[in-house]
Formats: sequence, structure tokens, C-alpha cells
Amino acid sequence: MEQIKNITIIGGIDKSGKQENIKCFDIAQGEIIGIVGPTGSGKSQLISDIEQLSQKDSSTHRQILINGEIPSSELRNNPRQKMVAQLSQNMNFLADMNVRDFLLLHAQCRGKSMKNIDKIIYMANQLTGEPIKPNDNLTILSGGQTRALMVADVAVISESPIVLIDEIENAGIKKHEALELLSGYNKLILIVTHDPVMALSTQKRIIMKNGGMTDIIDSSPEEKTISTQLSQIDQTMLKLREIIRNGQHIEGKDLNQIFPELPVNKKITTLVNY
Amino acid sequence: MKLVIIAGTPGAGKTSILINTIKLLKGANTKPAVVKVDCLATDDDKRFATLSIPVLTGLSRDMCPDHFSIYNLDEMVKFADKNNADTLIMETAGLCHRCAPYTDNCLGICVIDSTSGPNNPGKTGPFLSCADIVVVTKGDMISQAEREIFREKILEANPECTILDVNGLNGQGAAEVAKHIMASDKKVTDEERLRHNAPFAVCTLCVGEQRVSKKYHRGLLRNMNGFQEYIGE
Repeated sequence: MEQIKNITIIGGIDKSGKQENIKCFDIAQGEIIGIVGPTGSGKSQLISDIEQLSQKDSSTHRQILINGEIPSSELRNNPRQKMVAQLSQNMNFLADMNVRDFLLLHAQCRGKSMKNIDKIIYMANQLTGEPIKPNDNLTILSGGQTRALMVADVAVISESPIVLIDEIENAGIKKHEALELLSGYNKLILIVTHDPVMALSTQKRIIMKNGGMTDIIDSSPEEKTISTQLSQIDQTMLKLREIIRNGQHIEGKDLNQIFPELPVNKKITTLVNY
Repeated sequence: MKLVIIAGTPGAGKTSILINTIKLLKGANTKPAVVKVDCLATDDDKRFATLSIPVLTGLSRDMCPDHFSIYNLDEMVKFADKNNADTLIMETAGLCHRCAPYTDNCLGICVIDSTSGPNNPGKTGPFLSCADIVVVTKGDMISQAEREIFREKILEANPECTILDVNGLNGQGAAEVAKHIMASDKKVTDEERLRHNAPFAVCTLCVGEQRVSKKYHRGLLRNMNGFQEYIGE
């Protein structure tokens, strides 16, 4: 597989047919980039342009270069040579087969070892509530189970130097663990997100509006501090979520880690205000 | 005259892909003409008319739609010639998984919907296995893993084909289809033969006739202009 040093997004047009503000943008190996903007602003389309390595042939007319060059047709289409792994927003499988057969087939497509199937199912089960079994039919899996299996599949079988992640916070799976699974060492990662914790964990953010890339901002030093605090709040929220999922009551002590000095009702107000 | 034949199940996205492709062909100094064959009714002529290219539609009615397409091929070529086209694109109604409408010297394009599931390519039959190019649509509705498995299943059914992912709604990938049409150097002849025989039943194609010319056909035959006759005993 070719070594990826960087990819270049050459801007195209927005939904009104006007040139995008961002004409050209390089992303280097090891960078984590966020893609943010209102719903319908073209975030998923940007991801799709990169997954397809578009050559001015999509509705946005964007062009994607790899190491400064136009990728070959083989690189664009052959799964064994693909350099892009994508976790889309899909929450259900349409393929009518069981989990094990599906993973075996996919491993075969990507030319990967077929020995890891049980490991993938195990990894997926760390991200979701009720466990997925190898003989379960794909189409009966819940949204969360599907998403967890997709994450584990992308992490192991589609293992690629470029990773595209579309709204990992959806479907109630453990997003931090999922992101960790997908990230790996020195990968080039793009994350579409509405979640402040996710957005602040990136180094730069592409701002989308009306189908076009309007700006690129670096995360500020202040944001890095806020990011740490936000993560703590997020951990508490996730803990509360688990307590509720397990059918238990939430108590004042459950909030104590983040706001030890405040009375309970104030803690909740502070949390809500965040 | 270059001949392109497009087949695929109803709703796979044949017309949408053609419209996106023809726009690109026109921009590249190609002169396409389109013939659309449908069974009972069509309003695709209106969709194609927006492209300002020569369009002819034919309804097969009581005749098998693939047989109708083949039986009228000479007339379609004449129509394209008369309109100074250099590429005739025929979109079939494409209903039966047993027939394939491609002739020896056409560029055969099969359009298949990836949401139909990974078992579908194996069941699709000769209109997939005899195609030169297989266009996969609706890939945005399934996961990357399912897309890759679908692709592998197509290659099992037709190892020699070129697979192209195209989004019929926004036209993504249509440029590759246009590129393959322009690069094809096959020319249609007077002696075209089908690549694959049709099922055995009661018409001339059904008993294995592969010659295209009108003089070889018997049974209930319908012309492009709607005139229908029975030829035989």
C-alpha cells in the first residue's frame, strides 16, 4: 500500500453554485480534523467526496489529491487497495446474512486475515449494551449494535491510513472508546460531529455552510483547557446514562466528581447550562 | 455508429444515470441519441427532452420488451443516423432476469441497485454476467463494508467487467461512465448477434434465434411505430 503523507481537498462549488471560500486545503498524516456546521450544510457530502476520491465529478465539483497527485482509478475502486475507511451515518444493515458470514466476506474482500472474526465481535460488544452474537442476522441488530459492529469492522477489516467518521455520537454507543478504536497511530482522521466534546478534541475544524467549506479554524489554547473540563462533564453524563440504563436512581453523589463544592441543585443547573 | 445498451431492473436508476452521463457526453462533443423502450407507459421522453438531444420512445406492449428492443434495432440505428448522432444509447425496459439485450458490438452496461442485497448479483443472470460495465447505484444508502461485499459478488458473477459506483441523484461517478462510452471503439454492424440466448418458449427468440434482422422473426411482432402483426402459420 502506498504511503500517505497528505491529502489535498481542492474546493468546488456550494449549493448555490458559487465557488467555496476554501480553495485548497492540505491535511497531513497524523492530523485530526473536525467537520462542523448546521444539519444539511454538506458535511456528509464532504466526507463522501473524500471516500470516493472525487475528481470534480460529484455535485460539489471538488477534487481530492493524494500526496499531491490524482489517484488512479484502481485506487478509487478496488477495496484491496483502498486507503479510506468510512463510518457512515447508517444505523442499519440491509444485507441478509449473519454477523460471522458478513465479517468473513468482508475480510475476504479486503484481503485481510479471517482469523480475527471473534475479536471483532468482542470489540463491538465493548461498545454496546446487549451483546451481538456471531449467528445473529445483521438485519435484526439494533441501531446501537449495528453501529458498534460497523465501528469494529472499520477498525479491524477496513483498517486504512485515512479514516472518515460521520457522527459517532449517534446511536448511544460508547463514543470515546469507539473513537479510540478507530484512531490508531498516525492516521489521518476527519470527524463530522455536532458534539462539542468531539469537536474540541480535533486540531482544526472545517466550517460548512450551504454545501460549501466557508472557513477553517484552529482550536484555540483556551479551547484545549475547556476540552479537558468538557470531557469530565461528558464522563459524568455517560456515567449517569449507564445508571439510568441499568434501571437505578441517580443520587447527588453521582455528580460529585465534577462539582464537589456545589450543592446538588446548583450542580444540575451548571450542568444544564453547559 | 457506436451502440450503448443499458439494462437493469426497474428502479435501479438507469434513466437518472443516463441523464447525468448524457450531459457530460454533450459537453465532450459527442452527439448522442437516445431510444427508451418501456412496456406499457413511459414519461422518460420528457426527462430526456430537457437535454435537447434526439429521443425516440417505444412501447413493447404485448411483445416481450427485450425482443422488442432487438427486433427494432435496425430502425433505432436509422433514427440515430438520420439525426446525425454518433452514439446511439438504448435504454431497455429490463424486466426479465433470463435475457440480456446486449449485442456483440455494443457497449453493454448493467445498472444494479446495491440496496438489493449481496445475494442479488448471483441471481441477476446474463444481463449482469454479459455486461462490459456494471454500474452500482444507491451506494450511499449502505455501509462501506456492504458496498465492498456487493462489489465482490458482482466480480464472482462477471470477473471481466468494469465496476463503477454512480449516484443517480447527484451524478457522482457519471464522468467515469461517459469516459468509458467515449473510449469504446466498437461499431454496430448489420450482422449483430446477441451475446446470450433468450429463454425457450413460444416466439422466435424463445426458440433460440440470435440473428437480429427482421426477416428471421416469427410470432407476434410489434414495430416501433406501434404496428403489430402476427407472422407465421
